[in-house]
Amino acid sequence: MMRAVLPYPLLSLGLLVMWLLLNGLSAGHLLLGMFLALLAAKAMTALQPAKPRIRSWAPLLRLFRIVAGDIVRSNIAVAQLVLNRGHRERTSGFVTIPIDLQDRTALTVLAVIVTSTPGTAWVEYHSASGELMIHVLDLREEQDWVDLIKNRYERLLAEAFE
Amino acid sequence: MSPAPADFPLWAAILVALFLLIGSGLTFLGAFGLLRFKSFYERIHLPTLGTSWGAGGILVASMIFFSVTQSRPVVHEILIALFITVTTPVSLMLLARAALYRDRTEGNESVPPIGPEPEDGLSQQTE
Amino acid sequence: MSGLILSWSITIAQVLLLAAMACAAIRVMRGPRAQDRVLAFDAMYIASMLLLLTFGIRSGTTMYFEAALIIALLGFVSTVALAKFLMRGEVIE
Repeated sequence: MMRAVLPYPLLSLGLLVMWLLLNGLSAGHLLLGMFLALLAAKAMTALQPAKPRIRSWAPLLRLFRIVAGDIVRSNIAVAQLVLNRGHRERTSGFVTIPIDLQDRTALTVLAVIVTSTPGTAWVEYHSASGELMIHVLDLREEQDWVDLIKNRYERLLAEAFE
Repeated sequence: MSPAPADFPLWAAILVALFLLIGSGLTFLGAFGLLRFKSFYERIHLPTLGTSWGAGGILVASMIFFSVTQSRPVVHEILIALFITVTTPVSLMLLARAALYRDRTEGNESVPPIGPEPEDGLSQQTE
Repeated sequence: MSGLILSWSITIAQVLLLAAMACAAIRVMRGPRAQDRVLAFDAMYIASMLLLLTFGIRSGTTMYFEAALIIALLGFVSTVALAKFLMRGEVIE
C-alpha cells in the first residue's frame, strides 16, 4: 500500500520542499505541492530508474562533513595557486586510480565530490577495468592523491552503499 | 543607493559584507585564473572556485540579508546552491570528456594514455 | 553605519563580479579552442547569476532571485548542449 502511493519517497519530499520554498508556506500550497509531488513520483515509476539503495546514513553524514572541510581547504589552496604562480614551479597532470566501487550511485557521489572540489577534476572512468582518471592541478606526489581518494572517500562510500 | 532600512543591525551588516566579499573574491579569482593558466585541463579546475564557495558566499549573504530585513528565515537560496552543486560536476565532466575525445582524435600526444603532461601545443588549427 | 558597510561591500562585490565576467569574456574571445570557450562561458553565466543576486540585495527585493534561478537553469542546459556538440558534432541524436 505504502509502496503504491509513495514509490519514491525522497523524490516526492524533495519536490514538495522545493515547491514550498518557491511559493511560500501556506496550507493551499502545501496541498498543491503534495499533489504534484505524488503525481511526479507516479510518473517516475513509468521510467523505472534503478533505485539507489542506501544501506546506512552514518557514513554518508561523516563523508559530507569531510567533503565540506576539504572544499573549503582546496578553495584556499587553488586561490593561492592563482595568485602566486611565479613563486614555485607547479606541475599538473593526470592520475589513474583503481576504483573498487561498483554501485552506480556511489560512483555518482564520488564523481560529484571529485569534480566539485577545486583542484581535482574527474576526467574518465572505465567501468570494465574500474580505472578512474582524474586531473590534478597541483600534483606533487601521485600516491598522495590515490590514497586520498581511496582512503578518504571510497571507504566511506563503500560502507554507505555496498 | 540605500540597500538597507535604517535599523539594520551592525552585526548582520558585517556578516553580509564578509560573505559577499568572500564569494565575489573567489569568483573573481576563478575567472582571473582562466586567463592565467596555460592549458585547458588546468583551467577546468577554476569554475569550481566560483561554484563552490563563490556562489556559496553570496547565497549565504543573501540569506542573512533577507532573513534580517523580513524578520523571518528566508532560505530559498538553498535551491540555487543545491542546483549548482548538482549541475556543475555534470557540465564539467562532460566538457572534460569532450576535450579529451577531441584531443585524442586529433592525435594530440599530450593527453593520456600516451603521456601524462597536458599542453596546449597544437591548439590553433581547429578554430 | 550598517547601511554604509552594506552599500560599500555590495559595490565592491559587484565590481569584482563584473571583473570576473570580463575575464571570462576575454577567455571566450581568445579561445584558443572551442572547449576553452565553452568553459569560460560556464564561468561567465555563474558570475552573472551571482551579480543578479547582489542586485537583489541592493534593491531589497527577492524578485531577482527568480531571474538568477532561471539563468542557472538555462546556463547549465546550454553548457551541456555545447559539450555534447563538441563531442559528437550533434546536439540531438
